[in-house]
Amino acid sequence: MPDQLIWAMEVTLNGLMTGVMYALVALGFVLIFKASGIFNYAQGVMALFAAMTLVGIQEGRIPFAHLINEIFGTEIHHFGWHVPALLAILLTVVVMIGFAWAVQRFIFKHLVGQEPIILFMATIGLAYFLEGVSDLMWGSEIRTLDVGLPQGINGWIDNTTFDVFGYGFFIDNLDISASIVAAILVAGLILYSQYTKNGRAMRAVADDHQAALSVGISLNYVWVLVWSLAGIVALVAGIMWGSKSGVQFSLSLIALKALPVLMLGGFTSIPGAIVGGLIIGVGEALFEFAIGPMIGGATENWFAYVLALVFLVFRPQGLFGEKIIERV
Amino acid sequence: MNEAIHPPIDPNEGYVTEDGRRIGGVVMEMKHITLRFGGVEAIKDISFDIREGEIRAIIGPNGAGKSSMLNVISGFYNPQEGEVWYKGQIRKPMKPFQVARQGIARTFQNIALFEGMSVLDNVMTGRLNHMKASFLDQGFWWGKAQREEVENREKAEQIIDFLEIQAIRKTPVGRLPYGLKKRVELARALAAEPQILLLDEPMAGMNVEEKEDMSRFILDVNDEFGTTIVLIEHDMGVVMDLSDRVVVMDYGKKIGDGTPDEVRNNQEVIDAYLGVSHD
Repeated sequence: MPDQLIWAMEVTLNGLMTGVMYALVALGFVLIFKASGIFNYAQGVMALFAAMTLVGIQEGRIPFAHLINEIFGTEIHHFGWHVPALLAILLTVVVMIGFAWAVQRFIFKHLVGQEPIILFMATIGLAYFLEGVSDLMWGSEIRTLDVGLPQGINGWIDNTTFDVFGYGFFIDNLDISASIVAAILVAGLILYSQYTKNGRAMRAVADDHQAALSVGISLNYVWVLVWSLAGIVALVAGIMWGSKSGVQFSLSLIALKALPVLMLGGFTSIPGAIVGGLIIGVGEALFEFAIGPMIGGATENWFAYVLALVFLVFRPQGLFGEKIIERV
Repeated sequence: MNEAIHPPIDPNEGYVTEDGRRIGGVVMEMKHITLRFGGVEAIKDISFDIREGEIRAIIGPNGAGKSSMLNVISGFYNPQEGEVWYKGQIRKPMKPFQVARQGIARTFQNIALFEGMSVLDNVMTGRLNHMKASFLDQGFWWGKAQREEVENREKAEQIIDFLEIQAIRKTPVGRLPYGLKKRVELARALAAEPQILLLDEPMAGMNVEEKEDMSRFILDVNDEFGTTIVLIEHDMGVVMDLSDRVVVMDYGKKIGDGTPDEVRNNQEVIDAYLGVSHD
């Protein structure tokens, strides 16, 4: 087999796994958009906030330490304990649910029935506010996140591919575990929405608000629920990206990578978010591999958007989005 | 003399109709309801009651305020004046979902189904208020959540059987023809096992055959489950055949109330329907 082809395979595999990460972020957008028509610009910052909170809890940091010290003239920073990863994750989930409740209670409850653009602006405000809160609570330093996921090159794949092709693939263990976790999360979400009371209520609200009310579904409750789920998805995305490249401000920018994924997959489709993520992940990796060297590289920065634009022109509803039918 | 066609009404007692159905005491009472949209009065000081187990119709020309009345009962509108009494208690202003949880189900004039979901799923949403599993149970699909899912599925299947829509159980609702959608909407409302069922023009836009089917289902529901039914309908023939008592509205006011025979012979009602000018 020619070397080029073998390298392309390795690039594709890595692209697929990056795609899974993109899909994870896009999934958070889809959940909220489907149920409430809100395009949640703050999804990326939620991932940052969740990851920061997780690290903070794990390391036993005192939230708002800076503020407390400033006011009371104290010098406290740590509780002096260390919280095990699993417990810390559970506590962070609780924080994210509290956040979902607060968002609904203090912002979107008062904006019911408003234009989509107003809801969108509210999420922009929310994004910057949350960023500030995150800084205030946990500080703005770069933190390393370790919840015990395996890291480094996967030896088994390296050896096996070396035996077969005479060239060992470099696949990061972290990417593999991220893919597995993402797959479980997505499967769980789909089962949850298909076969449980709350899942069915979620789908009902996504479909028709009036009808949902008439069968006794509280819109408010469902919206808190979807924001909570989006918060949990953000946490998972935050853990994966944070373990890979540290918990820092740039984590919130991955939300921008989810945009082309959404354009490709459609804003209202969970399968669309996944397939869109994979296509973008593989597409940009292969493009960088094949064309990148000829035009000076760094094509990952823009390729996804070009692909999405092409899609917008020919299929504005995305791959799996609801068909746009115009009646005259 | 009056007693032959109009049995004596004692709020605490019922009576038995000619075809042998038992009508109970008053289950809901509207007292001096007034509803305004800005300066427009959609409903003007209307009072009437609904007895347990009866089929109660609200009729009237277009724009008479019939749908508004139904929306008041189901909590979609809150009236500016007046009281709604339900099961002997005054009802404070409520959100529609809270009304639904009190056992009042409804259908819509323009059909409000979950278009993207299958018929079975639509009917299952009608069961939501009968499912009590906790957040965690549902998350892991154990214990109560699993048991409930199975029980309610059975109930939903019974309703589907009853309304003869087995053949389309798995079809997405968006693909169904109009008449069947109306029937699915009825199925979803019924699945809630409501005490009061509100039907907003259940036969609008149907052909004769579909109307006959729907009439039969309405009578069967009332007969078999003893469900109290409040319905709005344009087709006078259908209304007179189906209902025990009729409220007639015109320009937001009540102009008649009684058995179909009484209403039919009411001069004001005749005028409203023949279009005598309002001076």
